[in-house]
Amino acid sequence: MKLIFERSTPGLSCEVLPPCDVEPYELKPEQRRGQELRLPEVTEGEISRHYTQLESQTFGVNSGYYPLGSCTMKYNPKINDEIAGLPGFSDIHPLQPAHTVQGCLEALHLAERLFCEITGMDNMTFQPAAGAHGELAGLIMIKKYHDSRQDEKRNKIIVPDTAHGTNPASATMAGFTSVSISSGSDGLVDLEALKAAAGEDTAGLMLTNPNTLGLFEKNIVEIAEIVHKAGGLLYYDGANLNPVMGIVRPGDTGFDIVHLNLHKTFSTPHGGGGPGAGPVGCKAFLSKFLPVPRVEEKDGKFYFASDYEDTMGSMKAFYGNFLIVLRALTYTLTLGRKGIPEAAKSAVLNANYMMKSLEDLFQVAFPGRCMHEFVLTAEPLKKKTGVSALDIAKSLLDHEMHPPTVYFPQIVHEALMIEPTDTESKQSIDEAVKVYRQLYEKACTDPEALHQAPVKTAVRRLDEVTAARKPILRYNFD
Amino acid sequence: MGSYIPNSKAEQERMLDFLGLASLDDLYDEIPDKVKLKDGLNIPEGKSELEVRRRMETLAGKNTVFHTIFRGAGAYRHYIPAIVKAVASKEKFITAYTPYQPEISQGVLQSIFEFQTMICELTGMDVANASVYDGATACAEAISMCVDRKRDVVYVSATVHPDYLRTVKTYCYAAGRKLVVVPEKDGVTDIAFLKENLDEKSAAFLMQQPNFYGIIEDAETYFGVAREAGAKSIMCINPFYGAIGRTPRECGADIAVGEGQPLGISLGFGGPYLGFMACVQEMTRKLPGRIVGQTTDLEGKRAFVLTLQAREQHIRREKASSNICSNQGLCALTAACYMSTMGPSGIKEVANQCLSKAHYAAKLISSVPGYELVFDAEFFHEFVTKCPVSVNKLMAKLERQGILGGYPLGGPYEGCILWCFTEMNTKEEIDQLVAILKEGIQE
Repeated sequence: MKLIFERSTPGLSCEVLPPCDVEPYELKPEQRRGQELRLPEVTEGEISRHYTQLESQTFGVNSGYYPLGSCTMKYNPKINDEIAGLPGFSDIHPLQPAHTVQGCLEALHLAERLFCEITGMDNMTFQPAAGAHGELAGLIMIKKYHDSRQDEKRNKIIVPDTAHGTNPASATMAGFTSVSISSGSDGLVDLEALKAAAGEDTAGLMLTNPNTLGLFEKNIVEIAEIVHKAGGLLYYDGANLNPVMGIVRPGDTGFDIVHLNLHKTFSTPHGGGGPGAGPVGCKAFLSKFLPVPRVEEKDGKFYFASDYEDTMGSMKAFYGNFLIVLRALTYTLTLGRKGIPEAAKSAVLNANYMMKSLEDLFQVAFPGRCMHEFVLTAEPLKKKTGVSALDIAKSLLDHEMHPPTVYFPQIVHEALMIEPTDTESKQSIDEAVKVYRQLYEKACTDPEALHQAPVKTAVRRLDEVTAARKPILRYNFD
Repeated sequence: MGSYIPNSKAEQERMLDFLGLASLDDLYDEIPDKVKLKDGLNIPEGKSELEVRRRMETLAGKNTVFHTIFRGAGAYRHYIPAIVKAVASKEKFITAYTPYQPEISQGVLQSIFEFQTMICELTGMDVANASVYDGATACAEAISMCVDRKRDVVYVSATVHPDYLRTVKTYCYAAGRKLVVVPEKDGVTDIAFLKENLDEKSAAFLMQQPNFYGIIEDAETYFGVAREAGAKSIMCINPFYGAIGRTPRECGADIAVGEGQPLGISLGFGGPYLGFMACVQEMTRKLPGRIVGQTTDLEGKRAFVLTLQAREQHIRREKASSNICSNQGLCALTAACYMSTMGPSGIKEVANQCLSKAHYAAKLISSVPGYELVFDAEFFHEFVTKCPVSVNKLMAKLERQGILGGYPLGGPYEGCILWCFTEMNTKEEIDQLVAILKEGIQE
């Protein structure tokens, strides 16, 4: 497909603006740009066609089954987008005086109350723009907490080996050393390993519950006790909240800080890689460390408060991805107190149903009850037929299905991590199961076909090695 | 109550039967009872779509949408062409995940590749990434690219946006990094301070162009000082200024970052916005976040893919160049569509109209007694004036006419106003503003 630059014809443009109605002013010659500005010169029709073609080579959440593990690709309700597009929200300048933005502030305040109740936290900031950004915010709060107690030897963050890569990466950015602890044979946090790792240099533990194997850490109360006894804090990675929202609250299981991925659990769209939102909630004893500004209310009037002496500072400009928060708020108001746990149950039911439908063929990495997702290992299949998890993934593309997450978590070889989500129907799961089973059989009879897949997609498998060795990262105009 | 569950009760029961379970609650039988919620969530019952819409519309109605805006300070109202909104509303673009599967994600990948190219063009740099959260985090991430064991002190001008400075401070606190704020003198970075302080421990110097006060700073001279000390130079730039002013590359910057919101993204009460980052070739592998590269498929067809992933958290974990995962993909696509729509001449036209209107306004406003310009340096589309009356009262008066006045400054410039003018402001609007200023305030 042509790049937009290859559709360019010198001299063409979209006439968008009226002529300047004041006297032209020019920069001093020494301040002017010397480099040519090579942007596309195209008409509106050409742009429209270009992006329509690009869209046709994009796989959206409604293009087909999308069980991408740990990403919670649930349906994104349309009302959410419409609300975020209301001029009363989208055309509001972030630095308008408080009395002209009471609706925005009330929305943030309401969202804080609802999400605090869902997580069992006392206060929440909406400033972090994504899950990883929330992790960093939460870890800086942990740092602030220990610093405020002159407890400066606490420089380690414990992270289970099933954690998302963002956890250790965030720990590094927050100036901590991360200590990885191995999971037990049941796929859960090994309490003995945790006890051995926890000590007077422990700043905290980051935990995803249910974990990335889809298993609920049922020893969570004991885990919390071990970490707290050692003087550390407990951080909840909210990537997998979906299956337990309205059932279990992180705050009731001992967590001190929580981040949410509104673009996973609360149905806001992923945008092909963002924008998301990663609000961070905490228990009251940590609230003074939250980023500023914070939204507060007095006598029915809402305002921004920044005068917190112990604040960690700011995670970004202004108040976060506000229009994303609005979408999540709309969703939460729609589902309400019963709908939230019902969605969670639907997610767990779907995952268990699909797991059981496949377990006679594919080996489940950690059998038993799963939550929102389960992890299969294609290792036996690979030994038998040479067909890898990647081959399965690429073959699914020819069936107009998005593959599961592959090769994660890293402790499972040839991992296929499947998360059907709450908005998938039995019918579509049944169809997917049929395809997975067909692929298994095909692997046994004609493995080469899977090595060759995909064949029906816009492009075939890519040469990723050359892409990284000899990077071409921009269009070459010459 | 609204619900998006596609299975009927009967279907759910069939699924439970298959699992050998009696009820949905049994799905959670391995979770200890003591941690389960006993009485459910204490939040309101769910509502129908129409009820929720009414509720949210009521909230939206409590905000004031200003017809005329003379306020910028990091968030700028520009015209967003209809085609840009239409493209940014395409369902698959909105709902796709990060393009991990390139064979079915060429659309998103190509749009990012095009975005990267346009950011390189705008900044004059060699390489750009697929975006970060916003201008402030772009500054913070750029600083991380420059620090190593030997050089770990970073310098940031006091004239950058206060939110950016606060964010950079937070990131530096986190990493245990020493941050020196280079003082402001007459609205610009104090060059003497830079000369005296930059040394072999200095990792980077970051400045904003135009700066928070709208002033075009002498970046080349600063960057010359930085280069002599062996420190990297980072320029945080307004994209429209980049279209007509000397590019970061021309000024000698190693890294260019900025806030891409002006490029077709709505004000949205502060977000989502778009952080962009570009750098010289040598620093490519220090860039954080997603980068899309061109390659071929096994039939030799041109194709695009996420590349140089050995920098990233999902591969390198604690050794990654950043923790960033989700970025602002859809905003990057929007900005690329905006730049394509405007084209080189359109982008320059917007920039020139901003420049011209701001200078027209500055001349008139500063001729009103008491509204003198605070600085006499050259500016782009924002400038600071004094205010002879109570700023609050002036703003209230403007508000009654549907005008959002300039941004009231605090700190050393308490009582002064930072005005902003874009192509959205007509001559009539500016003349009306000046007339109101002339009328004065009944104190």
